[in-house]
Amino acid sequence: MIQADLNVILPEMILAVYAMLALLLAVYSSKDKLGPLLIWSTSGLMALLALWIAGSGSGTNVAFGGMFVDDGFARFAKVAILLSAAAVLVMGQDYMARRGMLQFEYPLLVSLSVVGMMMMVSAGDLMSLYMGLELQSLALYVVASMRRDSVKSTEAGLKYFVLGALSSGLLLYGASLVYGFAGTTKFEGIIQVAQHGEVSIGLLFGIVFLISGLAFKVSAVPFHMWTPDVYEGAPTPVTAFFASAPKMAAMGLFARVMHDAFGNAVQDWSQVVAMLSVMSMFLGAVAAIGQRNIKRLMAYSSIAHMGFALMGLAAGTAFGVQAMLIYMAIYVTMNIGTFAFILMMEKDGKPVTDIASLNLLSRREPGKALAMLVLLFSLSGVPPMLGFFGKFYVLRAAYDAGLAWLAIAGVIASVIGAFYYLRIVYFMYFGEEGEELDRNSSPVLWGFLMGSAAVMVLGIVNMFGVESAAALAAATLVN
Amino acid sequence: MDNILSIVTFIPALAAGILALFLRGEDEAAQRNAKYVALFATSITFLVSLGIYFEFDPANTGFQFVEQADWLLGLQYKMGVDGISVLFVMLTTFVMPLTILASWNVNSRVKEYMIAFLLLETLMLGVFMALDLVLFYLFFEAGLIPMFLIIGIWGGANRIYASFKFFLYTFLGSVLMLVAMVAMFADAGTTDIEVLMTHTFASNSFDVLGIHVVGGMQTLMFLAFFASFAVKMPMWPVHTWLPDAHVQAPTAGSVVLAAILLKMGGYGFLRFSLPMFPVGSDVMTDLVLWMSAIAIVYTSLVALVQDDMKKLIAYSSVAHMGFVTMGIFAGNQQGIDGAIFQMLSHGFISAALFLIVGVIYDRMHTRDIGAYGGLVVRMPAYALVFMFFTMGNVGLPGTSGFVGEFLTLMGAFQKNTWVAAVATSGVIFSACYALYLYRRVVFGDLIKAGLKTMTDMTMRERVIFAPLVVMTILLGVYPAVVTDIIGPSTEALVANYNHALAAADLSPATQTASH
Repeated sequence: MIQADLNVILPEMILAVYAMLALLLAVYSSKDKLGPLLIWSTSGLMALLALWIAGSGSGTNVAFGGMFVDDGFARFAKVAILLSAAAVLVMGQDYMARRGMLQFEYPLLVSLSVVGMMMMVSAGDLMSLYMGLELQSLALYVVASMRRDSVKSTEAGLKYFVLGALSSGLLLYGASLVYGFAGTTKFEGIIQVAQHGEVSIGLLFGIVFLISGLAFKVSAVPFHMWTPDVYEGAPTPVTAFFASAPKMAAMGLFARVMHDAFGNAVQDWSQVVAMLSVMSMFLGAVAAIGQRNIKRLMAYSSIAHMGFALMGLAAGTAFGVQAMLIYMAIYVTMNIGTFAFILMMEKDGKPVTDIASLNLLSRREPGKALAMLVLLFSLSGVPPMLGFFGKFYVLRAAYDAGLAWLAIAGVIASVIGAFYYLRIVYFMYFGEEGEELDRNSSPVLWGFLMGSAAVMVLGIVNMFGVESAAALAAATLVN
Repeated sequence: MDNILSIVTFIPALAAGILALFLRGEDEAAQRNAKYVALFATSITFLVSLGIYFEFDPANTGFQFVEQADWLLGLQYKMGVDGISVLFVMLTTFVMPLTILASWNVNSRVKEYMIAFLLLETLMLGVFMALDLVLFYLFFEAGLIPMFLIIGIWGGANRIYASFKFFLYTFLGSVLMLVAMVAMFADAGTTDIEVLMTHTFASNSFDVLGIHVVGGMQTLMFLAFFASFAVKMPMWPVHTWLPDAHVQAPTAGSVVLAAILLKMGGYGFLRFSLPMFPVGSDVMTDLVLWMSAIAIVYTSLVALVQDDMKKLIAYSSVAHMGFVTMGIFAGNQQGIDGAIFQMLSHGFISAALFLIVGVIYDRMHTRDIGAYGGLVVRMPAYALVFMFFTMGNVGLPGTSGFVGEFLTLMGAFQKNTWVAAVATSGVIFSACYALYLYRRVVFGDLIKAGLKTMTDMTMRERVIFAPLVVMTILLGVYPAVVTDIIGPSTEALVANYNHALAAADLSPATQTASH
């Protein structure tokens, strides 16, 4: 029995054991010199695990009495999490090394948080949900303040920690209410109790508190306050990490809880998620207009994008989940490319975040500017880039579920949001001659930027099979 | 050739890719190569597209040269042309080589400039050929990106404002259309335009937020599409982006904008609004007709007081597009024939007028009317061409401008006499502003010092205008070259429209009685 259970969580086990062994090794040896090696080995391991999970059969495996569920949905999310984390690690290596921030803890903390994320998307019980969430969050609090000599970075870490603890409290309170009124912490038990029309007021409160906690993790309005500060304060490679894998994991967890535990009471939570969605889309679109700092701008952009992803979730259907997964996969890919670009923004070897510094980049480095142009139009959802298809899927899901108002609100928000993406294009293409950025041509970053832009253009042919994979994943979650 | 449409559509994109990948440097040789590659690609596109024109069978009212392949989410890659769209395809391929020729003096970032125009051609052709809703939307929206860059990079002094206004205005219009497309997809289960044209969308009235919507779903969808096409057209009162965009855009950008991009709105009405939402169209007909009439008179008056030549022509474009919408929503054969004719004719005449401004702008670098006067002394050939297209713009019989205006007015007269009466007065105003412009620029004494060294049109410029003159006269004296091709298709369109209205039992009593 225990053998079968362990088999199911083998990928997580491997990653966790690897992290601990590497930790021991690094502590007893020459410490930080191991940094670059650990980065490569960690991301190599993650990529291998992703391949393995993607290739490993189908069907649903349940372990530890329902605490841990390994189904198509979890596998889809895990592959996305692992690949994006591996990519971000490799991207940040050079940046961290040159600033003396490449302590060996960094890749190990990231891999531990990835273990937490894999637990989250596989959670089958409120307990394992919380365990995964906290493992992920604790590691993230630390990496946010990696840069110990910077006030902003420590501030970011502290802010994230305090607010994160608050949201964990909310989530725990919700979990305890749900447990109290449903009599079980297992999702398969809760779903029997939480039938639409029979949801007791206490259970409803529990759902609302759970959603609040989860909304914090996906940085949906009104639980978004930490996002801009943390994005700005954390070192850029860490910000890139925040914007990719944890977002995917949190959305995965959101969908997991809502459908596995409350799938019979969709009408009870759909409105709440729809409100989160519409507020996030508008706040993300409006608040970013005044931003000059590209990292803060990307923070608001991520809030708006989470709003769109939540639109798919608000639909409460299998197609909605599929749309959400596709949206997230596209979003993570775009973000990796965008942050590769931001990592290359340097002047005299120092990172620059002011978008005005991009003045006429298109003249000096046309290839780079063009790739960024593609990504920006993709982020704003203008066809023919893949970002448009992400929006199209969630709009369709929302409309099918009778949320036409949400779809209309979403497209209006996307027009407002287009303005600030266009402004970056404006600086790159229409601006005036000004001080020049360094011609940083790190081949790794360049490769990620170009690769991501190419995916945005070429993906419109068949989405590289993500569409059907997401459909399968959604079908296992919602039935 | 089975996939001639795809070939025509993607030749320019291919050339753009070649330029992007293989052309290096900014020196003179590289610039010249970029120009020749672009000219060559657009010319080849035109020559290949002649194949479509000659192989096209006007008697067949269905779609021809259809290509079909599966795509994501049950969408399709489906292309095809019918009598309504084929001439727009030809207009696009015809105008593009001329715009490239007109840009021969561009010398900043030539490679990017040519890439932008080549991509734009692909996207515009795609709009007129797409037979799948989402594919159409893809081409329709993507066209904003190159145009945004063209205005923003190579535009005039106030180009940033104009480019942002252009982008956001049209983007807002089209995202509402996107929601309607999602609704149509959900309702009909397909995005195939051919199928959707035969699908009947619900038209029973209902209440939304306490407002009684006559025509129900169809009216709402019509309004969503209307938001997009009316902005694109542009119709009064959402036309304000156009003068800004025109004034700031480089000459070639203005030409493409006026000659082709504006036609997407009218094409959209004919392809989507009338056939798919007949009841919605009927409900809104009076509104649209009056908006058109106001546009014709109001923008003609506005044009009368402009100091900037391009702005004047931009307002005159809005007025001429007013005739188009009026013809389309007259909903009868003359009106729709006239609307298509007017769009094609405007494609030649407005393109020529913007090129005419470009000729003197290249020499004097100002578009201020007050800076000119007496050009006929030094530039007789120019004065002649200018005179010819001024007459075309006014709608002088014998030029193509007359046929379009006459047919649309005739169509509108049958539908709503008062609208036709108001619109006809617009014809007089158009003569006022056009002749007034011509007098101030060309006649009078040549007293301004800077003008005394002006040279007449070069060979290149004459070559650009020659085909436009030929087309304007040809369409003017022998309109059948157009009406023979569009006639059967518009006839089918009108028949289906009236049939659908009769079936929905909302149409005027006269039409119901005739069945």
